[in-house]
Amino acid sequence: MNQQDVYALDIDSAVLELGDGESKVRALDEVSMAVPSGEFVAVVGPSGSGKSSLLAIAGALTRPDSGTVRVHGTDLATLSRRDTTAFRLRNIGFVFQSGNLIPALTAADQLRLAAKLAGNGHVDPGPLLESVGMAHRAKHRPGELSGGERQRIGIARALVNNPSLLLVDEPTAALDRRRSHEVVQLLADRAHSENVAVVMVTHDRDVLEHCDRILEMVDGRLGEPALVH
Amino acid sequence: MFLALRELQFARGRFTLMGIVIALISVLVVLLSGLSSGLVNHGVSGLMAMPVTNFAFDGGTIKDNAFSRSVVEEDQLAVWQDAEGITDAEPMGVNIVNGVADDGTQIDLTLFGIEPSGFLAPTVSSGEPLGPLDGIVVSEPLRDKGIEVGTVVTLDRLDLELTVVGFTEGQATFGHVDVAYLPLDTWRLMAAGLAEPGAPTQAQVDGMDFPYSSVIALLADDGADVDLAAIDADAGTMTMSLSESFNSSPGYEAETLTLSMIQIFLYAICALVIGAFFTVWTIQRTHDIAVLRAMGASSGYLLRDSLTQAILLLFGFSALGLAVGVGMGVAMPDAMPFDLEPVPIAVSTALTIGLGLVGAAVAVLRITRVDPLRALGGQR
Repeated sequence: MNQQDVYALDIDSAVLELGDGESKVRALDEVSMAVPSGEFVAVVGPSGSGKSSLLAIAGALTRPDSGTVRVHGTDLATLSRRDTTAFRLRNIGFVFQSGNLIPALTAADQLRLAAKLAGNGHVDPGPLLESVGMAHRAKHRPGELSGGERQRIGIARALVNNPSLLLVDEPTAALDRRRSHEVVQLLADRAHSENVAVVMVTHDRDVLEHCDRILEMVDGRLGEPALVH
Repeated sequence: MFLALRELQFARGRFTLMGIVIALISVLVVLLSGLSSGLVNHGVSGLMAMPVTNFAFDGGTIKDNAFSRSVVEEDQLAVWQDAEGITDAEPMGVNIVNGVADDGTQIDLTLFGIEPSGFLAPTVSSGEPLGPLDGIVVSEPLRDKGIEVGTVVTLDRLDLELTVVGFTEGQATFGHVDVAYLPLDTWRLMAAGLAEPGAPTQAQVDGMDFPYSSVIALLADDGADVDLAAIDADAGTMTMSLSESFNSSPGYEAETLTLSMIQIFLYAICALVIGAFFTVWTIQRTHDIAVLRAMGASSGYLLRDSLTQAILLLFGFSALGLAVGVGMGVAMPDAMPFDLEPVPIAVSTALTIGLGLVGAAVAVLRITRVDPLRALGGQR
């Protein structure tokens, strides 16, 4: 087995520049990180530090200008655009701010749609909703759900295709303290029970106690574990 | 289709509003199609019913109202009768007159003067075929004005008395005026100014020297490759096909062009309205589309899904508009030149749907440009 296959996510010296001319900024500056399966890593940092850019290259939403990104050993730069989309569908789950659920779909349909996209049209969303405590809200649309409920359903949706890597973008941005802990605890549980590598970017330092490892990002550079609390 | 159906249900208010616009456009398309067919039938159904492939007009006649302007002579007719590839060539006189029925009803008639035993003689639905000098076979819808077999029609100014002997099969009009077929000799009496009050007589015809008619009606051999230009040059005539000759009917070209222009604008409006709706709809969904793309939805899936919405919307509400339009068409008063004909209505509706889909397709192509990165970072 190749050494690179050990890690669910392996980023090596990634550089990403945004903008043109004088407005060009280096969003990621020689960033390297490796996350094995089952580890829950938090990336903290101020706004504009490059956290979302890190998620973007890790989730194959964009490519770094230099450096490599491997997910379970697959160098994302070697994939065509179409193959990248298919790879993301099968291997990577996203949890967005506020859940980013589709307004027209019920909780159950959010999961069904994600499964259908991956060709698993007959998935029963019930058990997964049950596992995030949302079975009783299966027939409700996002407009009828609280922020915490939306986020739980967003997590269930991200997990429906059994991804090996879960990328989580500010999951507690719209939640109160109690619900923030519930959601992050849920992510930690899933990471450990399902052996899923989870990378969460957040401003919220209150929830870091649930994480296995904490990295800090400042001005596009990923530093050693930051002082927390 | 999974997402398309649920979005249609979720945003049913917006889609219903758009659907009503589509249905109204569809109603207009049906009404214009019916009006167009009606005007064509009212304008040239008399010509359409004739077993003719071409008409030869006098050379140099301008095409507008050519039937009433053209005058052809016997020697021109002779050239066509001797021409190779022509099965039949007969003279035909055309003019529009006013008359009064014996019950006082005022009617307008387009007189088609033809040889009673020739190939132009109309098939009658009731009464007798054309024969006596004072006999006329008139358009079937004239029954609605109280005209019947035996009715005597007196032509204004000439006081020439003509008797209805039969009715054509179906409508026969020219220039929106009902056609009356009459013997060419009687027509020539009128054209020569020799008609006298009362019924025309054989003695009047025998004393007439007027070898003219309006046009020469031609029936080419089936499948024959006739050199019309060469015969035209020889005969000093100008030949038009039957369909080309429609434009020489009074007002026909102006009416059909006007309606065609309105229809073309309606198709364009349909495409633009649908395109605008789906553009706005797609812009409103940009964040959702970004999320779906970040989740791994392919452009093809998202395009198919959006086009499915457009197809369901267009077919559903076009069908509704079609039904309403046909219902309104059935209720149209007889005075309106309106005919519901399946083929033109089907073609018009298909064009509306097709162009609407083109508009929608152009609009939803925007989906392919939505960057999945937009799913990260911001609030909804």
